[in-house]
Amino acid sequence: MWKFIVRRLLITTPQIVLLSAIVFILAQLMPGDALTGLIDPTVKQERLEELRVQLGLDNPWYIQYRDWVAGIVQGDFGRSFIYKMDVTELIGQRIVNTIWLSVVSVFFIYAIGLPLGIISGRYNDRLIDQLITGYTYIGFATPIFIFGLIAVWIFGFVLGWFPTGGSVAPGLDPGTLEYYLSKIHHVLLPALSIALIGTVGTVQYLRSEIVDTKQRDFIITARAKGASESRVYNRHIFRNSILPIAAFFGYEIVNLINGTVLIEQIFSYPGMGNLFLESIVRRDTTVAITLVLISGIGAILGALLSDIILSMVDPRIRIK
Amino acid sequence: MSNTLLEIKNLKTSFRIGEEYYAAVDNVSLNVNKNEVLAIVGESGSGKSALAFSVMGLHNRAKIEGEIVFKGRNIANLPSKQMNKFRGNELAMIFQDPLTALNPLMEIGRQIDEALILHNKNMPKKKRKEYIIDLLEKVEIPRPKHVYNQFPHELSGGMRQRVIIAIAIANQPELLIADEPTTALDVTIQAQILDLMRELKDDLGSGVILITHDLGVVAEMADRVAVMYAGEIVEIADVETLFENPQHPYTRSLLSSIPLVDDAQDKLHVIHGIVPSLKNLPRQGCRFSARIPWIDESAHEENPELHEISPGHFVRCTCYKHFYFPEENKEEQNHDTAQS
Repeated sequence: MWKFIVRRLLITTPQIVLLSAIVFILAQLMPGDALTGLIDPTVKQERLEELRVQLGLDNPWYIQYRDWVAGIVQGDFGRSFIYKMDVTELIGQRIVNTIWLSVVSVFFIYAIGLPLGIISGRYNDRLIDQLITGYTYIGFATPIFIFGLIAVWIFGFVLGWFPTGGSVAPGLDPGTLEYYLSKIHHVLLPALSIALIGTVGTVQYLRSEIVDTKQRDFIITARAKGASESRVYNRHIFRNSILPIAAFFGYEIVNLINGTVLIEQIFSYPGMGNLFLESIVRRDTTVAITLVLISGIGAILGALLSDIILSMVDPRIRIK
Repeated sequence: MSNTLLEIKNLKTSFRIGEEYYAAVDNVSLNVNKNEVLAIVGESGSGKSALAFSVMGLHNRAKIEGEIVFKGRNIANLPSKQMNKFRGNELAMIFQDPLTALNPLMEIGRQIDEALILHNKNMPKKKRKEYIIDLLEKVEIPRPKHVYNQFPHELSGGMRQRVIIAIAIANQPELLIADEPTTALDVTIQAQILDLMRELKDDLGSGVILITHDLGVVAEMADRVAVMYAGEIVEIADVETLFENPQHPYTRSLLSSIPLVDDAQDKLHVIHGIVPSLKNLPRQGCRFSARIPWIDESAHEENPELHEISPGHFVRCTCYKHFYFPEENKEEQNHDTAQS
């Protein structure tokens, strides 16, 4: 088990190195550099060259790459040219917000999806299943930004149950109970919006897995032992049906962290998604490549997490 | 009568296809005695497994008519709560495919343990473990203590079938239904499994319903044989009678389909046509008539019944009296090959 995880981690290292190189080269391929759009056109060309040498921009790419990596290892991701502040500082609070939003969304996705999927699969083709399946079709068909807008309008403006923007009410001291309650209050509506739309895949996946597993031979074996329906479901069907969903867990989290862009925009939620869009539009290279690198590493770690979860729940994958 | 363990009376198991019900098992009556092996033979689709599943109450959405009397109690259509007291306890089943019949995520020991927990709630855990290891030894699994903690994918097909047998006999069933227990195994393992089943049967004194299409297995294991065709029993007799003096055209065709090693045959005997599907079952007359077209219509009964032609030997339909193989008559054979 541990051997498996260690081995899997070792494979991850070259993946991350390769990723960083690709991200860096892509950034280098973009026309211009940090000074092109930044400096007053009246500044003399000689002065620009001088600055380039100062910033190390005249070095060959591999030297620049080495310097960049050396910086990252020390936690220095460079400076944002737009905000004139360190990228770490700029991203810091926003990444916490995005992760918080994603975690709450994931919680709701499974809290909604697992029971619905189980009921739908167990009572397949009955009325309750048809209702749930109907919901999943609506969920598949509804774009998240439309749903988010409607949610903001109804629950934010009309009913006033939830705030319509920000991640916390202003003027609260971090660390107090009110502060945390306010954070939860702010995250609920966007997280629920993501979950209600995002969970439909989980519901359908689980439903079809259960319907499949129901017809497997070992279920007949369990019934032939005299196991009750609920025992057959809890011990045999559910455990076998949950495997692919457990395996997908890591990817789900990463997808969310990357996929909250639209929702953050609609709910004016200060997360990474907003920043990412902005940094691309305004050619804030250092911020953009840092965010790409972070989400790339996230994807690799998500895959790792999925593999580890799968190796824990499926004995056939365990490596001795 | 007191020796009778299971008595099936006019059992009809129907499945719904579209708006209508179609009978996979039609008007079957038979009985199984204690310490007796009743073999049920027939081609695929003849209703053998549907019959076994009806007895176990394992059909999900089937209409079951008639009576299944087990130890004096009718268990047909029993609610599953009550049925669960029988299943895995007094009534147990061995399945066809050992590769899929075990839960892939559960240790062998726990899978057997489940059968114990469900019917022996008072047995302490430690004792159950000892009992299971004994049981694994009984079904001749080497290193039972090790296998106890193993998962199904770590065992071979033959070993898994032994585990399935161990699950079935965990509570010393009085009636054991084996649904083609050796079909998925290779020949050497088949013989071992059959030996094991016979030993266990003698040990427990259980009645056994052995479902198979392998007549070799029947000859080796069975005391009595019921031949099924298209949901009906067409012939039932003790094993010697059936092999020496088969009467029904279907039985005779099945037996003549066995290739003999010492008899150089040019051509393998085959039965013409296929078992009709549920939907296309003839509703009237002799169901086998379509597959022996060279036999004159008038030979069949309008409503074929089982005739007792000697004590304990029943044959359906009168066509057996007029049956001959087309090979025995050159003209008929030519006529038949021209048709196909």
